[in-house]
Amino acid sequence: MSLTKDAGHLFRFAFLFVVAFAVFLVVRHFVVPKSFGEYGHYRGAAIGEIAARPLHYAGHETCETCHADILQMKKAGKHAGVNCEACHGPLANHAGDPSIQPAKLDTAVLCIRCHAASAAKPKNFPQVDADQHSGGIACETCHQPHSPAIQSGGTK
Amino acid sequence: MNGVEGYIYPNEITLYWSVLIVLYPYITGLVAGAFILASLVRVFNVKAVAPAYRLALLTALAFLLVAPLPLQLHLGHPERSPEMYFTPHATSAMAMFGFVYLWYLMAVLVFEIWLDYRRDIVLLSQSTTGWKRLLYRIMTLGSDNISPRSLVIDHKVGWIVTLVGIPSAFILHGYVGFIFGSLKANPWWNSPLMPVVFIFSAMVSGIAAVLLLYMGITKWRKMPIDMPCVDTTAMYLFYIFILDFSLEMLDLIHRVYEADESFRTLNFMVHTKLYFSQIVLQMCIGTLVPILLLGIVQVTKLPALIRKRIYVVAGCLVQVGVFAMRWNVVIGGQLFSKSFLGYTTYKMGLVSREGLLMAIFLTILPLGILWVLMKLLPPWPEKQHVPLPAATPAH
Ligand code: HEC
Ligand code: HEC
Ligand code: HEC
Ligand code: HEC
Repeated sequence: MSLTKDAGHLFRFAFLFVVAFAVFLVVRHFVVPKSFGEYGHYRGAAIGEIAARPLHYAGHETCETCHADILQMKKAGKHAGVNCEACHGPLANHAGDPSIQPAKLDTAVLCIRCHAASAAKPKNFPQVDADQHSGGIACETCHQPHSPAIQSGGTK
Repeated sequence: MNGVEGYIYPNEITLYWSVLIVLYPYITGLVAGAFILASLVRVFNVKAVAPAYRLALLTALAFLLVAPLPLQLHLGHPERSPEMYFTPHATSAMAMFGFVYLWYLMAVLVFEIWLDYRRDIVLLSQSTTGWKRLLYRIMTLGSDNISPRSLVIDHKVGWIVTLVGIPSAFILHGYVGFIFGSLKANPWWNSPLMPVVFIFSAMVSGIAAVLLLYMGITKWRKMPIDMPCVDTTAMYLFYIFILDFSLEMLDLIHRVYEADESFRTLNFMVHTKLYFSQIVLQMCIGTLVPILLLGIVQVTKLPALIRKRIYVVAGCLVQVGVFAMRWNVVIGGQLFSKSFLGYTTYKMGLVSREGLLMAIFLTILPLGILWVLMKLLPPWPEKQHVPLPAATPAH
């Protein structure tokens, strides 16, 4: 009897913890999204939201249905494995409505993105030091972007 | 490139973990160390240290309150931090730390301080006026029962809390070492000894900090320094320091003997970029010199004045050494490339969010908090302006 009385303050402290925990649970109920944990440690609804977002990339198969000529050229060249939109950027809007003109590309910056010489790249990947190689002239002047290898009798 | 030598991957050039991440283990270390000192009195019954008991608890609380701030500033989205509690992620050590922190703060430190001060709080709530009275009344939680029996109960419960607190303090700080030690991608950090070394260096820095604070505050209050208290504290500091030093040497010898593929790179780094902070500051000035000083006190009979001066010098050097150790771990671990072929440089900002001024501010802030806590909960019985009336029996 007197134990509960003399330890009463401890129960008050414990009660404070219980109240804090209850408040925590209530707040948690409101702030944690309903679909959290549906599939894993994330918001289940996020999948639907992401899927509903507009597409930016059309995929090379789509481009190829209209630009068969480019495909023919590219297939034979060294860029056969490089996708259209890796260079042209996302063009889903153009693929849906061809009257939208894609932006012109600047080869002086585009090509270097992949071909700049760096010790970190595999030795057999074609790479050049742009300043020494072309001295600032756009790469397109000598290389056809869709079939870049220069056969004998090239400009240089 | 600026500050880069040899070959380094692009994502290794700038350091992501800044000086604030150095400060963070340093501060949690002080918390753990101060608490261990308090537990000496409480659980291990080292009576001599009793005058510093309450100060140790308040120091631990003041630093613990500041401990998350470096992380918040580093991450920069404080509004997201509660999600760590709302959607706990059991397999992430960093995410689980939120719970360790909260447990340690509320169930160990605040509870123990409350139990220890309850009598004072009740008396203060009766003797003060105005907003102070209100504050103390809230702190009593509406119970002014300070009958001898209730105080005995408090004492027993406090003992249990401290007992639970010791492993909690170890987890709190061992966890910080664990985060580094378990990173298998980084050979500078990856070591199972890391948590243990962190705990022992934490004890060293925390005990030294309380020793310095106790001497400084007592001097400032123009009160006599309790020599048995500082002597005993310094003795424990010395022994724990020896253990800490042995563990660090064990780690070093292990690395040197193992000499895995990273060894040449790390060895080179210790002899160049980290030479000053590792060899000079951490090992010589911050470890060997204070051990030597504290050892001299143990084996000779020096007058009190000299002993006090030695403690102050050794205490300050310990802080330098332990801070340098955190620096070498956190910054050192990011200076070399995973390719083991190059090194980068840490450029510390000055007034940026993670710069030097912020780090200095965060180091001083706990002292300000400690000052407020000491005003609110005076750690010294003789300082009370009201003579303590005999405990009133429970009604
Ligand atoms: C529905 C058919 C269609 C699809 C699909 C399509 N295009 Fe086109 N594209 C056109 C037409 C039509 C033009 C305009 C030709 C012209 O003006 O000479 C054009 C023009 C272009 C141009 C600019 C030509 C210039 O002269 O500047 C580029 C670049 C281009 N397309 C790239 C792409 C890419 C990349 C894709 C795949 C994402 C793609 N296109 C998908 C029909 C299509
Ligand atoms: C290596 C980068 C690269 C790739 C891959 C690439 N292109 Fe191009 N493309 C260019 C550049 C550079 C130009 C010329 C600059 C411009 O017109 O914007 C160009 C021009 C074009 C043009 C207009 C000029 C022309 O030659 O008729 C079309 C259409 C085009 N590309 C379609 C495609 C399609 C379709 C694909 C995928 C099958 C593709 N491109 C893949 C770089 C590339
Ligand atoms: C998205 C990355 C990418 C971009 C952008 C790119 N290329 Fe390529 N390039 C490649 C790849 C991949 C290869 C094939 C490498 C191989 O065969 O191993 C290649 C091959 C080549 C080759 C053939 C080298 C040889 O082996 O003869 C040349 C030349 C070339 N590219 C020039 C260019 C030019 C000019 C541009 C700019 C219009 C460009 N590349 C843009 C990725 C790219
Ligand atoms: C003045 C004409 C000219 C210009 C401009 C030019 N190139 Fe070339 N490039 C050549 C010639 C010629 C070769 C050599 C062909 C060979 O050796 O088979 C070549 C070869 C290459 C190769 C293959 C290197 C290898 O090791 O196989 C790459 C990649 C390349 N160029 C990229 C570029 C890029 C990127 C640019 C733009 C910054 C560019 N070139 C601009 C003429 C040019």
